[in-house]
Amino acid sequence: MLSLTTLLELVLLLNFFILGASRLRTVVNLVAVQGMLLGAAPFWLGHGWRAAPLALGTMAVKGVLIPRLLLYAMRDMTIGHEVRPAGGFIASLLLGAAGAAFALWFGGTLPLRENEFSQLIVPASLATTFAGFLMMMTRARTISQSLGYLVLENGVYIFSLLLVEAVPALVETGVLLDLIVAVFVMGIIIQNINRQLDPVALQHLSALKD
Amino acid sequence: MAAYLVLAPAVAALLALAAPSNRWRPWLLPIGSAVHLALTAAVVRSPAAISAWDGWLALDAPGKVFLLATSTLHFLCMLYAPGYLALRPERPNRVLCACLLASLSMMTLVILSQHLGLMWVAVEATTLTTAPSIYFNHNARSLEATWKYLLLCSVGIALALLGSFFLAYSAIYAGLEPTLSFEGLLAHAPELSRPWLHAAFILLLVGYGTKMGLAPMHAWKPDAYGEAPGLVGALLAGGVTSCVFFALLRIHQIAVRGGDGPFASRAMIFFGLLSMAAAAAFMVRQRDFKRLLAYSSVEHMGILAFGAGIGGAAMYGVLLHVINNALTKGALFLSAGNIHRAYGSKLTDNVQGAMRALPLSGPLFFLGFLAGCGSPPFGTFVSEFSIITAAFRQRHFAAATLFLAALLAVFFGMGAVVTTVTMGRPSAAGVKAAFPDGLRTGAPILALIGLAFLLGVYIPPVLSDVLKEAVVALNANVARR
Repeated sequence: MLSLTTLLELVLLLNFFILGASRLRTVVNLVAVQGMLLGAAPFWLGHGWRAAPLALGTMAVKGVLIPRLLLYAMRDMTIGHEVRPAGGFIASLLLGAAGAAFALWFGGTLPLRENEFSQLIVPASLATTFAGFLMMMTRARTISQSLGYLVLENGVYIFSLLLVEAVPALVETGVLLDLIVAVFVMGIIIQNINRQLDPVALQHLSALKD
Repeated sequence: MAAYLVLAPAVAALLALAAPSNRWRPWLLPIGSAVHLALTAAVVRSPAAISAWDGWLALDAPGKVFLLATSTLHFLCMLYAPGYLALRPERPNRVLCACLLASLSMMTLVILSQHLGLMWVAVEATTLTTAPSIYFNHNARSLEATWKYLLLCSVGIALALLGSFFLAYSAIYAGLEPTLSFEGLLAHAPELSRPWLHAAFILLLVGYGTKMGLAPMHAWKPDAYGEAPGLVGALLAGGVTSCVFFALLRIHQIAVRGGDGPFASRAMIFFGLLSMAAAAAFMVRQRDFKRLLAYSSVEHMGILAFGAGIGGAAMYGVLLHVINNALTKGALFLSAGNIHRAYGSKLTDNVQGAMRALPLSGPLFFLGFLAGCGSPPFGTFVSEFSIITAAFRQRHFAAATLFLAALLAVFFGMGAVVTTVTMGRPSAAGVKAAFPDGLRTGAPILALIGLAFLLGVYIPPVLSDVLKEAVVALNANVARR
């Protein structure tokens, strides 16, 4: 049987695949897989079926709904589907690795209660948050930025696993509201962008500067 | 009463959504806002404790100051709105009107929240309710600005949520009953797990700092303020960002009370000074006068963060500055909007001699600049002066000197641009006859500047009592018990 630590290791590994994938569609699928894995995580926290609403809700949103919305938004795009991070893939992956190393170190400085389900929760959370942030900063296209935000939110969600037992309401309202609303609005905007801007401008939203 | 403060503008927002006429809908704005202002006046003067929803909402003494500032600014901006929207009959205003009222409801919720989670939801909601109004002009530039605003603020919000989770875990780790109410967190702050509290403060400072627009997380501000209609810029710069500052202030108090004070206060002073310096640097040779105002907002958020970091006697100046900043930002953004519309441009290459071309908006813009730079006799002078005095008294000599230097640099940087816009002969392209200065778009600015002036020479006893009470409450929160 898979342990929560193994699951989090998979999530960490996925971060690197996401940072290194060159086709937009692959990135969407990988982020969906990451969302599915994380959605299943509450089942490992020992609440049995009481965890089902949160788990199924998260899986539906992170694993199915939002990836589909993004694929739908991509269908209308006339431009190529390759990912081109600023500085290239090698730099992206190296920075991601540096972030993961920092997260492991910093996570180690924060004390956890002895009976927590996995010692990897804090480092995995920080590393995933950083990977998402990295994607948002190095990728100019709106779809890639939304995907980066999703990964970033996955990182926040990983940490919330520590709180499911103590303050379940905070975890549920917080993550779901944030996730649904942020990406929905973003999805709408992406569509507006598609309608309004020509493909060249769509590559780089960069008319506004000093 | 507390619940009505949140619900009244929300109901007005729904009415605005339902109202069919593009021409009459804007009149719901001043009406809805006036109800809120009347409720605010009632609760601010009431000595009784005001709370609702089992204590999740409550108006404490510092909250009164923020509520007063937000409600006054919102009302005067909404008085301006019908006149402005009458000049823009070609644009549907349903979404804008609903969002303007909904954002008042959410700003009030931020101020009244006594619970970290609820406050976070409210801050998130202010982002979502203001974003569509930045996109009011529906062109590529405003779309880009809206996108950046949403993206950066959402990142800030996500980090703030992570920070709130850390704070919750700091209580759980310490074996305390998990609580996220401010009262509970303040009461148990010394027992919270120190490393978690420390990490939580960093995340919340960066998260809410992004939403406040502290440098270097301010990148969304010039774009959003530059492209949004003037009245939306006024509400963002004088209302939303101040409310988020209140959220940060609460977090700072928990950190100080929890024994992380030296670090937390130094961090606030550092980000405050960095924001002021960055604002000054970007103001030099700024060609776009609405972006100039965005940097002025970065500066003033820096002043607030700096003052909160100094603490103690500086809190009086900080709270007074929240009100002054709301008034001056209102005057600056609304008059800048008038000038922008009349000239059809917001670049200093095309806009000169606004004093002569626009006999109301031009001088008001200039007075707004003087008020924004803390010149006497405006209220900002009093508030900035009391922050500086407190900083020197508490022996923050280096920080206080840098603070003064940054204020001076901003004065020259901003002054150069503002004099180009207002002085001299009107530029050849000239003013479009379609948008002359009128009382409907001028009187609210006059009121804002008038109030900013009034607070410089005379603080009414009611306000003075509220301010003193708030300072006492804030300083009692962080004092050792």
